[in-house]
Amino acid sequence: MGSITLEKVQKIYGNVEVIPGIDLTINDGEFVVFVGPSGCGKSTLLRLIAGLEDVSGGTLKIDGRDVTDIAPAKRGLAMVFQSYALYPHMSVRKNIAFPLKMAGVDKAEQDRKVEAAAKVLNLTPYLDRRPGQLSGGQRQRVAIGRAIVREPSAFLFDEPLSNLDAALRVNMRLEISELHQSLKTTMIYVTHDQVEAMTMADKIVVLQAGNVEQVGSPLELYRTPRNRFVAGFIGSPKMNFVEGEEAARHGAYAIGVRPEHLALSKESGQWKGTVGVSEHLGSDTFCYVHVDGIGTLNVRTSGEVSVHHGDTVYLTPSEANIHRFDKDGMALR
Amino acid sequence: MARQVKTSRKIAFTVIAWGVGLAIFFPILWTFLTSFKTEADAIADPPLFLNFHWTLENYTAVQERSDYFSHFMNSVIISVGSTLAGLVIAVPAAWAMAFVPGKRTKDVLMWMLSTKMLPPVGVLVPLYLLFRDAGLLDTRIGLVIVLTLINLPIIIWMLYTYFREIPGEILEAARMDGASLKAEILYVLTPMAVPGIASTLLLNIILAWNEAFWTLNLTAANAAPLTAFIASYSSPEGLFYAKLSAASTMAIAPILIMGWFSQKQLVRGLTFGAVK
Repeated sequence: MGSITLEKVQKIYGNVEVIPGIDLTINDGEFVVFVGPSGCGKSTLLRLIAGLEDVSGGTLKIDGRDVTDIAPAKRGLAMVFQSYALYPHMSVRKNIAFPLKMAGVDKAEQDRKVEAAAKVLNLTPYLDRRPGQLSGGQRQRVAIGRAIVREPSAFLFDEPLSNLDAALRVNMRLEISELHQSLKTTMIYVTHDQVEAMTMADKIVVLQAGNVEQVGSPLELYRTPRNRFVAGFIGSPKMNFVEGEEAARHGAYAIGVRPEHLALSKESGQWKGTVGVSEHLGSDTFCYVHVDGIGTLNVRTSGEVSVHHGDTVYLTPSEANIHRFDKDGMALR
Repeated sequence: MARQVKTSRKIAFTVIAWGVGLAIFFPILWTFLTSFKTEADAIADPPLFLNFHWTLENYTAVQERSDYFSHFMNSVIISVGSTLAGLVIAVPAAWAMAFVPGKRTKDVLMWMLSTKMLPPVGVLVPLYLLFRDAGLLDTRIGLVIVLTLINLPIIIWMLYTYFREIPGEILEAARMDGASLKAEILYVLTPMAVPGIASTLLLNIILAWNEAFWTLNLTAANAAPLTAFIASYSSPEGLFYAKLSAASTMAIAPILIMGWFSQKQLVRGLTFGAVK
């Protein structure tokens, strides 16, 4: 079991309100991602749940039990840190066994569990090495191994992949997702990378300046963002925003169109512009088109499209996929 | 890229470095040489450097006149004891200041250091009276207590510097893994800080070994360490330089040898925080 409930949880440093007050429910077995720009309070929120920071106000419950004032060691949670935070003076085996040793598990049982975890994580050949002799990905796996052996009620991940190179990151992303499928344990994952959020989460919590902007499944956030911030943050490349006359025509202060919802044509269309930069990825082509009276719009077309700097092109937004926002940035429905 | 240094400059710096090194070492060398001279040669004018009559008579005289071994044991017990006692107090103190600093942590550190700025003689009388009333005069335990207190600021400062180098996330990981505060300090912090703790230990043994003010003033016979043993050869009249030198050589030899063998560790430890 591992449901986590936050009721008006607050964090104040001196007179800076880092988290003014958050209400959030995380259900048992869910994969929840906290996402937001740096400094939005997502790591702080995770540390509050972990107990590494004291809550300034509100209550925190795990499985209905109030843990607001309980030490991190007694909350039954496991955490994987960005820096891995392995114990450099211990072998991989001892690193993974450490939580079991602290829990007073007997030696034979420790060995059995460590071997089992190592097997799942492909660490068996490295059990007697020190963390310093491992690669980044292996270290990350040791950190995960250390978390899974104690069978926590929930896993907390604090930007665990940001120190890895791009290829490894994709691999580890899959491994963590797979781990979640097989363990079915609650996981809370903090990242600033919206691609990680979209691909891994059951539920995404978008944070900005310590406030929850929106909570929902990845596709809910993609299709029906509650405000301009969420609209701009979720989706890659970013949504294009247009203000002024064009927006007024749609009865809104601003409209948003995702790059994939703009049709690009060389002959005719609604908006005429010139190509600034075009990025050819093979599977996709991204064009930055300067449109008179509107600004620069990013367009995504699948496949290889032959457009170059200075070409005149026409863009047509897909009417059904236009997002409308009022003056305060809230979505109009 | 490394700076290009001209060969002539290199030679000049090497000569200067050797010169400074020899100048610092000269008194020790002179003491060592004097310990093999007769009392007459020791005060000869002009001084005799190597062309004197080498003799071991001072060492035999010193051995006959006083019990080197008991002083040596006192020195060992006092310096090792006060250092270990200091570590037991300083590890948790440095932990607290390095990992859960408060608003006043810097002030506390400065205040502790400021106690080292006080001339010890300023507190000699009150401390002497306290020791007399508590029956601690001329006892090993008394000296262990006073040297622990005298060197505690240095031990805490050194450990604080080393602990600050240890990433806090590792300790947080230990906390998440279910470690109690004691387990966290014992199984994670201390093993990681071993190089730092070792050099703190070495430096403090040396400081305590050489400490002369308190050891001379608070002891008479029973707990007198090697500093008192040296001092007992200094007298206002008669010839004593050669015997004093022999006693000094015997007193500093053990710590010099220990320092020699551990110098790599000492240098590493002392520059740990500074150059990293």
